[in-house]
Amino acid sequence: MANCITRRGLLTSSALLAGGLLAGCDRLNRNETFRGILGSAEQANRILHRSLGGRRGALAREYDEADISPEFYSNGTRDPDTPEYNASRAQGFADWTLELTGLFDKPQAIKLGDLRTLPARTQITRHDCVEGWSAIGKWTGVPLKTLLDLAGLRKNANYIVFHCADRLSGTRYYESIDLIDAYHPQTIVAHMLNGERVPIKNGAPLRIRIERQLGYKSAKYVQRIEAVESLERVYGGHGGYWEDVGNYAWYAGI
Amino acid sequence: MQKGFHDLDQVTIARFATNGKNGNGDICMQTDGENGEIVPHSGATISPRPEKKHRLPTRLWHWTNALAIIIMFMSGLNIFNAHPRLYWGSYGSYPDSPWLHLDRFPAWMTIPGYYSLADARLWHFFFAWVLSLSLLAFLVISLFNRHLQRDVHITRREWRWSTIWTDIKEHARLNFDHGSGKYNVLQKLTYALVLFVLIPLMILTGITMSPAMDANWGFLLDIFGGRQSARSIHFIVTALLFGFFIVHILLVLLAGPIGQMRDMITGGSTKTRQDDVPDKART
Repeated sequence: MANCITRRGLLTSSALLAGGLLAGCDRLNRNETFRGILGSAEQANRILHRSLGGRRGALAREYDEADISPEFYSNGTRDPDTPEYNASRAQGFADWTLELTGLFDKPQAIKLGDLRTLPARTQITRHDCVEGWSAIGKWTGVPLKTLLDLAGLRKNANYIVFHCADRLSGTRYYESIDLIDAYHPQTIVAHMLNGERVPIKNGAPLRIRIERQLGYKSAKYVQRIEAVESLERVYGGHGGYWEDVGNYAWYAGI
Repeated sequence: MQKGFHDLDQVTIARFATNGKNGNGDICMQTDGENGEIVPHSGATISPRPEKKHRLPTRLWHWTNALAIIIMFMSGLNIFNAHPRLYWGSYGSYPDSPWLHLDRFPAWMTIPGYYSLADARLWHFFFAWVLSLSLLAFLVISLFNRHLQRDVHITRREWRWSTIWTDIKEHARLNFDHGSGKYNVLQKLTYALVLFVLIPLMILTGITMSPAMDANWGFLLDIFGGRQSARSIHFIVTALLFGFFIVHILLVLLAGPIGQMRDMITGGSTKTRQDDVPDKART
C-alpha cells in the first residue's frame, strides 16, 4: 500500500517535473545569457571543423553525374518578382551587373556576359538545407578568389558580404562569410546549374556556392559583393538575413 | 565514511590491497576479470570504506547523460519537424520519395515548446558537446577504474544461450537477480549496446549531417551510405534509445524506484544489495 502511494507520488512528481522542465526550458530559451551559453557551441563547432580541415580547408565531396537529383528543390525566395528583377529577367539578365564594392583597391562592376567568359570551375556537390533535406547539382561558376584578386582585396578586409536582389518579408536577403571560405577553391559565383543557366528558383542569374555550410549561406540572386572589416554595421549586424531575423547561426557548418 | 568517498583512487587502492574483502565479514563473491571464474574470499577484519553500488563517475555521467539525452531528444524532434520526411542515400527532398513521412511531433514533446528550428538547433548542438564529452570522459574513467572490465564486460560463461535464457525468464517473472556480479547478463548486454553502439551511432550519424565534417571526414558518408541515410539512421537509433529509456524507467519502477533513485544519487552501498537480493535464480 505504501509502495502504491509512493509509485503514484512518483508518477505525479515526474509528470510535474516534465511539465516544469518544459516551462523551464521555454523560460531559459528567452534568457539572453543562457542563449549565449548555448550559442557558444557554434564557436566550438567552427573551431573544431576548421582545425580538422587543415589550414587551406578540406574539399566538400564531389559526386558523379549519376548522383544528381532529378529536381533541385528550392527554399526561401523562389522568384524575387520585383520590378527591377523582372525587367532584367525580361532581357535574359543581359544588363545584370555584379559589383565588387567596399575594401577593394579596384572596385569592379562586371557585366554578366563578361563574367561568363572568365575561367570557371564545375563541381557536382550536395546542397544541405538547414531543414534537413539535401539536393545534388552540378554548378559551374567563377571562383570567388578570382574576383577578389581581380578587385584587389585590401588587407583590412575580414568578411565578404553578398547582397541579393530578393526580399523576404520586405527585408533584403544577404549573407556573409569569412576569408577562409571566401578563398576556398569550391566557393564559386555560379551561373550554371546542371549545364544550363541557373533557373529562377535556384538563384538566377548568379548564385554563390559555399559548399561546406548549409544552404542559407549560398545566397541567390547576387548583385553585389562587398568586402568589410566587421559585420556589425551591415544590416542587422548578425551577418545574414536569417541570422538577423531568425536567430540562425552565422557559422552553418552543421 | 561516505562523505570521504570523493577520493576514488584511495578506495580503489584500498579495495585491491585487501584482495576483494569487504568490511562486513561476509563472504564476498568476486568475478575474476581474467577468466570469468568465481573466486570466493573469506571475511577479514581489515575494514576499507565499503564500495558503493554506483561510483561517483558513474553517477555523475548517468545524470549528465540523462539530461543531455532528454534535451537532445526533445530538441531533435523540433528539428525533425522542419522536414518530417526520411530518405535513403545521398540526397532527398520534397520532389523525391521518402521511406517515412510523418506528421509533425506535437509542441509539448519538443524543446522549445513551440516550433523554432533555429532555437532547437541552439539546444541540440550545445548538448551534443555535453553528451559526447561526458561519454568520452565516462568511458576513459571507467576503463581506468575497471568499471567496464568488472561490471559491463560479458564473460565467456555469460555468453551461453542458457544463461541468457534463464535471465530472460527471471526478468519475465520480475525477478531482477544480479547473480554474483553487479549486473546480470541482460543488463550487461543492454548497457554495452547503449554505451558502445547506440550513443556512438547517434554522435557519428549526427556528425555525418554536418557539411563541414563531411568535407573533413568523407569516410563518414561511405560508412553510413550518404547524408540522408545518416539522417534516417539518426532517427531510427533515436527510436531505439527511446525504447531503452522506457524499459529503463519501467524496470526502475518495478525494482523499487525510491531505492534505485537514492542509490543513483548517493551511490548506495553493496551491503544492502547483497542482503536484499535473493539468490535463487543461479542454482
